[in-house]
Amino acid sequence: MARDDKLNGSNGTAANGVAVNGSGAKAPQAANGTANGASQDDYGNQEYIVRARGVTRMYDVGGQPVHALRGIDLDIRRGEYISIMGPSGSGKSTLFNMIGGLDKPTEGTVFIDEVDMAQLDAFELAWLRCRKIGYIFQTFNLIPVMTALENITLPMIFAGASTDEQLERGRELLEQVGIGHRMNNKPSQLSGGQQQRVAIARSLANQPAIILADEPTGNLDQKTGKEIIELLKRLNRESGVTIITATHDDKMLDVSDRIVWVSDGKIEKVKRREEVDITLGTLEGSVH
Amino acid sequence: MAVAGPAPKIERQISLPFNQALKIAMRNITIRLGRALITGAGTMLGIAFLMSVFTGTLVQQARGTAIAPEQLSKNTWLVVMSLLVSVVGITNSMLMNVTERYKEIGTMKCLGALDNFIVRLFLLESGVLGFFGSLTGALIGALFMLLTGIGVLGRLNWVQLLIYLGICVGIGTVLSIVAAIPPAWRAANMHPADAMRTEI
Ligand SMILES: Nc1ncnc2c1ncn2[C@@H]1O[C@H](COP(=O)(O)OP(=O)(O)O)[C@@H](O)[C@H]1O
Ligand SMILES: [Mg+2]
Repeated sequence: MARDDKLNGSNGTAANGVAVNGSGAKAPQAANGTANGASQDDYGNQEYIVRARGVTRMYDVGGQPVHALRGIDLDIRRGEYISIMGPSGSGKSTLFNMIGGLDKPTEGTVFIDEVDMAQLDAFELAWLRCRKIGYIFQTFNLIPVMTALENITLPMIFAGASTDEQLERGRELLEQVGIGHRMNNKPSQLSGGQQQRVAIARSLANQPAIILADEPTGNLDQKTGKEIIELLKRLNRESGVTIITATHDDKMLDVSDRIVWVSDGKIEKVKRREEVDITLGTLEGSVH
Repeated sequence: MAVAGPAPKIERQISLPFNQALKIAMRNITIRLGRALITGAGTMLGIAFLMSVFTGTLVQQARGTAIAPEQLSKNTWLVVMSLLVSVVGITNSMLMNVTERYKEIGTMKCLGALDNFIVRLFLLESGVLGFFGSLTGALIGALFMLLTGIGVLGRLNWVQLLIYLGICVGIGTVLSIVAAIPPAWRAANMHPADAMRTEI
């Protein structure tokens, strides 16, 4: 389905000197060994929107090296809903920053739409953040002095939309996430769940290809968290936007197409939703 | 479907139109009105002093008395000092703003703001404050000195007074913008990933 529209562009540009030796989508999976192996055949020819190759990130904390990521290989398909699970400190946010172009790997490469992010200059990175990626944060991060609507139109201003477009699309998005009636409220006048809805609408402002959500339910109660997850899933289904969430919220498992477990800066395992179901059943049985 | 399709070849533009930037800057001023007023008051006092010196010379000219040179140099010195103090005050208060808005700046960068957008927002904010602060100051300074020369107002060089007014507002605004350069620079150079971490 999504095969035709990408044409042959992706295969040609993929060979940027990374671990991709051949052409086509199977080659990158080989590098990931058993982790992605199970889904290789079903999705083998689909297009990848994000590809991470040997991504490491080292921080220098007072002379001591801290390895936040130790060689991550990951392929994410267009339209996929993927959850990155792992305990606190396992490197989820660091990975999120790499994929989102907010930080640069110490080693390794991240490709977005076959473009090596390390090659982008400041302007192109800003463009990517503005048009291609939508960010959602645990702490919502709305601009406090702006109303809900203004928060949503801000990325549209950067993208050069006309005032009419901004207002129309802003209202539309607020309706879509279910808070059209709170359009003129400031973030401080909204509940956590409502703020996160505004943040979700804002992430969609410029019709991005990817939404990155770092612990989107981390500051919400169970019920509100569930609503936010359902909203994200609905947007994923309806608009086909790729959603990548970093989380340790088990509720996220159920809506994900694939789940990536990270621990100590490495990918521990990658499973498709169906494969997880069996283990999740027992897991859920013991939790609830 | 529109989202999932191949990225259309949009002309790669990122922009922050002046009127939008001004709107955001005004918002940031009014939301922290207390601090803005204090910052603006510094500029206002410095410029009021400068304007009163200017007006004072005009009044004395109108009276036909010459100004003593030592009086002039003393005044110049005082004016420069008071303006310096207000510059430091502005820089300081804008630095406080940057620290407070760390996360907000990082968020803006995530939304696609270029470094120069951030610089522009802070300079605009300071410039607007400086403009209104120095306009108020210049008016107060002029008025005060005009009261002392109430008898000779008919012979006063009003055109020159207006020119002085313009100079004062210009100096106040430019100084405010210059004073905001270091904080604006600092804000623009922060990494979005770091800004997102500050709450941890
Ligand atoms: N800016 C930083 N400076 C130093 N250490 C960092 C920085 N960011 C992350 N780390 C470290 O990297 C590891 C992974 O952090 P993080 O990606 O935030 O994990 P998670 O999001 O899974 O909780 C942690 O040990 C953390 O302390
Ligand atoms: Mg985290």
